[in-house]
Amino acid sequence: MSEVRYTDQHEWVRVDGDTATVGITKFAAEQLGDVVFVEVPEAGRKVNAGGEAAVVESVKAASEVYAPVGGEVTEGNAALADDPAKVNADPEGDAWFFKMKLADSGEFAKLMTRAQYDEFVKGL
Amino acid sequence: MTMNRQGRPSAPGTVEENELPTISGDRGLDHEEGLIFELGREGMTGVDVPDVQMSETRLGGLRRKGPIGLPGLSEPEVVRHYVRLSRQNYAIDSGLYPLGSCTMKHNPRLNEKMARLPGFGDVHPLQPQQTVQGAFALISELMRWLTTLTGMPAVAMSPKAGAHGELCGLLAIRAAIEARGEKRPRILVPESAHGTNPATAAFAGFTVDEVPATKGGHVDADALEAKLGPDVCAIMLTNPNTCGLFEPRIIEMAEAVHKAGAYFYCDGANFNAIAGRVRPGDLGIDAMHINLHKTFSTPHGGGGPGAGPVVLSERLAPYAPLPLLMHDGSEFRMIEHADAASGGAKPFGRMCAFHGQMGMFTRALAYMLSHGRDGVRQASEDAVLSANYILASLKDVMSAPFGEGPCMHEALFDDSFLEGTGVTTLDFAKAMIDEGYHPMTMYFPLVVHGAMLIEPTESESKESLDRFIHVLRTMALEAKDGKKERFEGAPRLAPRRRLDETAAARKPVLRWRPKDLPQAAE
Amino acid sequence: MRYHPLTADDRVRMLGRIGAAGIDALFRDVPASAVVPLSAFDLPDTKGELEVERVMARMAARNMSAGSVPFFCGAGAYRHHVPSAVDHLIQRSEFLTSYTPYQPEIAQGTLQYLFEFQTQVALLTGMEVANASLYDGSTATAEGVLMAQRVTRRPKAILSGGLHPHYAETVETVAGLSGKVVRAQTMPGQAEDLASMIDGETACVVVQSPDVFGQIRDLKPIAEAAHAKGALLIVVVTEAMSFGLLESPGAQGADIVAAEGQAIGNGLNFGGPYVGLFATREKFLRQMPGRLCGETKDADGKRGFVLTLSTREQHIRRDKATSNICTNSGLCCLAFTIHLSLLGEEGLTRLARLNHARASALADRLAKVKGVSLMTDSFFNEFTIRLSKPASSVVDALAEKGIIAGVPASRLMPHEKVRDLLIVCATETNTDEDLEALAKGLSEVLS
Repeated sequence: MSEVRYTDQHEWVRVDGDTATVGITKFAAEQLGDVVFVEVPEAGRKVNAGGEAAVVESVKAASEVYAPVGGEVTEGNAALADDPAKVNADPEGDAWFFKMKLADSGEFAKLMTRAQYDEFVKGL
Repeated sequence: MTMNRQGRPSAPGTVEENELPTISGDRGLDHEEGLIFELGREGMTGVDVPDVQMSETRLGGLRRKGPIGLPGLSEPEVVRHYVRLSRQNYAIDSGLYPLGSCTMKHNPRLNEKMARLPGFGDVHPLQPQQTVQGAFALISELMRWLTTLTGMPAVAMSPKAGAHGELCGLLAIRAAIEARGEKRPRILVPESAHGTNPATAAFAGFTVDEVPATKGGHVDADALEAKLGPDVCAIMLTNPNTCGLFEPRIIEMAEAVHKAGAYFYCDGANFNAIAGRVRPGDLGIDAMHINLHKTFSTPHGGGGPGAGPVVLSERLAPYAPLPLLMHDGSEFRMIEHADAASGGAKPFGRMCAFHGQMGMFTRALAYMLSHGRDGVRQASEDAVLSANYILASLKDVMSAPFGEGPCMHEALFDDSFLEGTGVTTLDFAKAMIDEGYHPMTMYFPLVVHGAMLIEPTESESKESLDRFIHVLRTMALEAKDGKKERFEGAPRLAPRRRLDETAAARKPVLRWRPKDLPQAAE
Repeated sequence: MRYHPLTADDRVRMLGRIGAAGIDALFRDVPASAVVPLSAFDLPDTKGELEVERVMARMAARNMSAGSVPFFCGAGAYRHHVPSAVDHLIQRSEFLTSYTPYQPEIAQGTLQYLFEFQTQVALLTGMEVANASLYDGSTATAEGVLMAQRVTRRPKAILSGGLHPHYAETVETVAGLSGKVVRAQTMPGQAEDLASMIDGETACVVVQSPDVFGQIRDLKPIAEAAHAKGALLIVVVTEAMSFGLLESPGAQGADIVAAEGQAIGNGLNFGGPYVGLFATREKFLRQMPGRLCGETKDADGKRGFVLTLSTREQHIRRDKATSNICTNSGLCCLAFTIHLSLLGEEGLTRLARLNHARASALADRLAKVKGVSLMTDSFFNEFTIRLSKPASSVVDALAEKGIIAGVPASRLMPHEKVRDLLIVCATETNTDEDLEALAKGLSEVLS
């Protein structure tokens, strides 16, 4: 059973067992506009919750993608580097940024639910 | 239709409807022009150089083995190529260029002539110092103008542009802090700042802490004071600020900064609003760069070269970088090594090779001498007057977030007047191109949503301003009336329509390559 | 004032529209204590064009211009003949008085020449990509070191002793802030063992060729040594004309090339403005500083050019930018591009050969002068000689005779051991009479 949660930095994280998959939200992708460049972390990199893990750039903006939870990266989505347009096409599906081994499930529980995130976006 | 005496139409008619493609692909005076690499042929050259016999014994076996790949063209072909390219550019010489914060003022040609005098243009930076006393005298005279106009005791001349000047100022501050045996890692930068400010602070090894703006478009002085502490090295503040407003509490802020043991860096990009009326030294500023290409009219040249001398307060003057220009009573001397420095000078290092942008110094001094102190003051006043005239004439049809009070040399609007019209901020700007104007600065400063920053400078006549105002008013009213034709897909009359920046960034093509060689994979 | 179009009457009417009583009302935010009268400025009043010309021409006349005497200075700035067309074209209003091409639809002229410039620089240096120029060679070198630190995530830069001392000091000032800069000491003709200085902390090795003494360096061994330990090789070139004759840095294994482009298209100008050339390998593109111009298409499908990858830059990235650099060297890089377009492959190659031939002829002639010994065995158009007297006093004495003999090494490095070294440069601008004048002058002063 997987569950998805959201951060105030507009990342989503889906947890299956101890594997977390991270991407940016549709809202974030729309704010950025046409994405032109993505840099994803290499497998084996350890990141803390809130630490910089990936980079996403559009023509006019550049942004770090932060790790919503701590753990070790198991895979970066190499397909995004080749075709950054995927981020605009399917941000919350195909265009995940990286997968990681979740270190502390307590961190995940503290993140926003979909309803909370939608409410958060409305307030921006 | 207006007809001249020979019976031919003297007005061009409507270009847009003339859809019939030409055979050549060119359209009247608008020529399509290929890349230089597509034009040349092997063996041709535009410079006659004798083909000399040369021994290879002194090349260490490192003579080039293959061809470089440069095209060959005769002089007329090269001249035509670059003349045609030039015609695809907008320029201040051809029209009003209202780019806020960039200061596109008239560039007098006298300045160009002076820079090309052999005594300035054809002297080497390392020839014996006794043979370049006139060049030193020129630098010294420019230093006198800069220190007098700013009310500051010293100036470092070598920085090559504004951002380079910022770095120079921060390094002087860093050296002064280190000389006190302190460590202060933090720099406060208003969120309205030019991008170079936080970039420079980070570049110089500091962490950047943003100071918010007030609703009125000023730096929040209370928030600034609250952020001061023993770890703050300096604040970097632009005055007049990037919203085109003078910071009314600037003296108070400077006092608070000094009380906290920090230094006050001022971004002098907007000095052209106050030169000859206000001396930054009187405001408590410790360091400020001066963009000679803005305030003192050295040409922007499509992006450079600039020059960014930095005026320094008494407290920072000893740390000015090499080289240092001295006068020993009989002649000038350029001190080029730290151990030759005297009089308590402790230069923090060197910003670049040689002595700075001499070619820009010559032009700036020609501007200053032409203007005189009275002309400099008049230029500032006319720049401020013209910006206020635009603000007053457009604020009822466009939206001005700080439209109540007077502005300085630039008038700030935002895009709320376009809300619900279906015309975007970008459409509005691009439609100005079809009207024969360069768009204003867009989306800067970041503190205002959809910012449109107009800086007319002192170089426009009232007739020119009135015409510009008429065009912008009409455009704003049409947008509000839902007449979107002239906005959608604009520009239509420029050498190019809108360009695909996304494609350019996704698969960068940054150089020409021969057709038979594929682009290297990214 | 001739540059101000507003009349007194205009000003009154404009203040009326604004609703301000006078100009002072527009400056009302200025604190009263900071308002100063015109008399506070001890400066002259406005002058006509003729008068300004007189004042400035008097200053200019106090300088000994290079073209008026036999002239042999190089050491980072080189005197070449610039074709008349170059200066004419860069003064076209549309080039001279335009801004950074932020509106590409009406700036294709600037953008296209930047694209041509980038291509020319990549070809000359033998690298894959080049940017649209930096301030000058010294700041380009410092940017190269910072870039190497970013790419390798290592702190240390090793500078060859043959690197122009001003460049080395610029690197120390900027890159020494966050990393370590180690400088080797070298005398002309001496081999230097940079390879043994490379360790696991080393981001880059910086080598100039031809070096500050004029010596051509074989870069391949140091490239191999650097790469073997995961460090980058930065090659510095101060005389861009040498690209026409010498094997390119790229072909010898450079990862970054930082060069001074002044020699092509630009005059001496007493040290500036010049134009920094910066080129690297495609894989380091995202870490490269400075502006980049890229090819794309417009809405009608026509080829056009735009500034691209600007997310690396300060106006978007702010405190995370690759550099704080904002301007490039615009007009100076246009001058470079036009001069190189005029020269073409044939012209550049011939001109480079001519330079080497002039310098060789001068070296041969000076070697015959008593008290002169040649210290540089392979060079492009510049070499170092040892004199039997301190070089700076010899240069001063020759200046008295109307000969600018070169740059004493002590001007660049205040070491006693370089006291007698003189760096001499000859280009296509030096005639046989010039060479003879220098040889004669030296033999008189040294006897």
